[in-house]
Amino acid sequence: MRIRALALRIIRQFWKDKRTLALMLVAPLLVLTLVKLVLDVDDIAPRIGVAGAPTAMAETLAETGAEVTVYDDVAAAMRDLEDLELDAVVALENGRPRVTLEGSSPTRNAAVMRTLQQAMRTLVPGGRTVEPVIAYLHGSENRDLFDFYGSMLVGFFSFFFVFIVAGVSFLRERTSGTLQRLLATPLRRWEVVAGYLLGFGLFTAIQATIVVWFATRVLGIALEGSFGLVLLANLFIVLSALTLGTLMSAFANNEFQVFQFIPLVVVPQVFFCGLIDLETMPEWLQTVGHALPLYYGAKAMQAIMLRGAGWGDIAADVAVLVGFSLAFALLNVLALRKHRAI
Amino acid sequence: MSAPAHTTVSPPDHDICISVRSVTRVFGKRVVLENVDLAVRLGEIFGLLGPSGAGKTTLVRLICGLDLPNRGEIRLLGVPMPRLDMFGRIGYMAQSDALYNELTARENLTFFASLYGMRGAALKRRIAGLAELLRLRDDLNKPVHQYSGGMKRRLSLAIALVHEPEVLVLDEPTVGIDPELRASIWEELRRLSARGVTVLVTTHVMDEAEKCDRLAMIRNGGIIACGTPDELKRAAGGQSMEEAFLHFGGAAS
Repeated sequence: MRIRALALRIIRQFWKDKRTLALMLVAPLLVLTLVKLVLDVDDIAPRIGVAGAPTAMAETLAETGAEVTVYDDVAAAMRDLEDLELDAVVALENGRPRVTLEGSSPTRNAAVMRTLQQAMRTLVPGGRTVEPVIAYLHGSENRDLFDFYGSMLVGFFSFFFVFIVAGVSFLRERTSGTLQRLLATPLRRWEVVAGYLLGFGLFTAIQATIVVWFATRVLGIALEGSFGLVLLANLFIVLSALTLGTLMSAFANNEFQVFQFIPLVVVPQVFFCGLIDLETMPEWLQTVGHALPLYYGAKAMQAIMLRGAGWGDIAADVAVLVGFSLAFALLNVLALRKHRAI
Repeated sequence: MSAPAHTTVSPPDHDICISVRSVTRVFGKRVVLENVDLAVRLGEIFGLLGPSGAGKTTLVRLICGLDLPNRGEIRLLGVPMPRLDMFGRIGYMAQSDALYNELTARENLTFFASLYGMRGAALKRRIAGLAELLRLRDDLNKPVHQYSGGMKRRLSLAIALVHEPEVLVLDEPTVGIDPELRASIWEELRRLSARGVTVLVTTHVMDEAEKCDRLAMIRNGGIIACGTPDELKRAAGGQSMEEAFLHFGGAAS
């Protein structure tokens, strides 16, 4: 009897928390749909630039499924490779094909090599193929998947944990009544937010530094660019997590509800932070990615760590991250109106 | 809502500290306060007596400027509310203790005082004085999570007093406090009132209401009676505050 009463109470309670209910029922569907959309994709068509090679080669490559661009001179093709317009450049060097891979994405490297081998078999049916010379623009064949994914995971995990902790602690300020008490002082609403960002910013900065240091120095993730720049990019990633976390906590009534934001806010960012090649997704889904801060953060991290990008290359992404952070902080100032009218 | 069953002659304007005029506050479809009028004089201890859910906390939050009325006007010391700079002249103590449990009492006090721009030697003296007054001197350096309920309440009061406000607004200040301490808190409120501080206190305890200079009885979002404790009891023809409350409550519904 007591057990039944207990069960009934829990069912009643749960029924009244419609959000938790919806999360339990809808969120798995949402995430599953995302995984399907993201993973259920065609093979990547590698973009190959052909320079100074017989037209037969370009044609065969195109037939085997590559997007082929023909260049008159190698330098122009290499420039496009540098700008990420191409995944590889094929040129003839002393009668032997020379392949230069862009190198930062293992999946794209593999796609290029696959297409190339197929094309060579078609071109030289006899079996005695000429071994192409392989060169890498960035990195080398020694780069493993961890190098590739690691560059993004550094940003992601920094983001994830700051988001959670910032969300819960700002929530606690509210549930303990201290936020209400703070707002009964001449403190302005934006000062509350700014003070929080500042106080918390210290710890998140420490966290961002430790994560970057650990990833590159202890785990040995490839780092082609400068350590300082990675650190800077990660700091801005974490800033966006901090502002987003505190903003989201305004819409949660307890710790549990903060954690409910993980599948809704954090998990989707994983899909769009570069772990999965964006170009394999439907276009509308790519647009979604552009609305998430981690997309820009991961892009910058990837550029620095895998391609040795400088400040000029990541400035735009950092600017977007700063923009996101400012918007989140501003919205939080507005959300505080709920607790004090002025 | 019917007119207050008992009205005192309204005091002259310059004498008024808190003025609430035809204030209505609605949350969604729920009318929490309807057409409330109230005038609290400078330096008096004014009580808001009513059962929980009557709208006391909502009224107090409106008076402090933490919330906006849907209709009506509130003035504090002649200034229309809400105004940010008025928070420096109000000492507010919420119903639940809003303290940082990880920090010591001194750190809590210092933090809130610094929000009012207090610092240095003056702040140190003020904290020492308050600790003496509220008998927290020996526990100032203890983290608050080691505090008992009564000690937390005293610390909350100390925080409300730290910037020497002209108006003190206390939402159920003596809940969970032992009788001895309750008496000492009321003694302190008396002293503050004698120095010219206006004190607004909410309570649902009848015997506490008796200690106020004047009080308003609030029920279902409306003031049902207002006057000195003696006036109210006499008008109700009863001996106790409880009888008076039931009398006016019955008349209003």
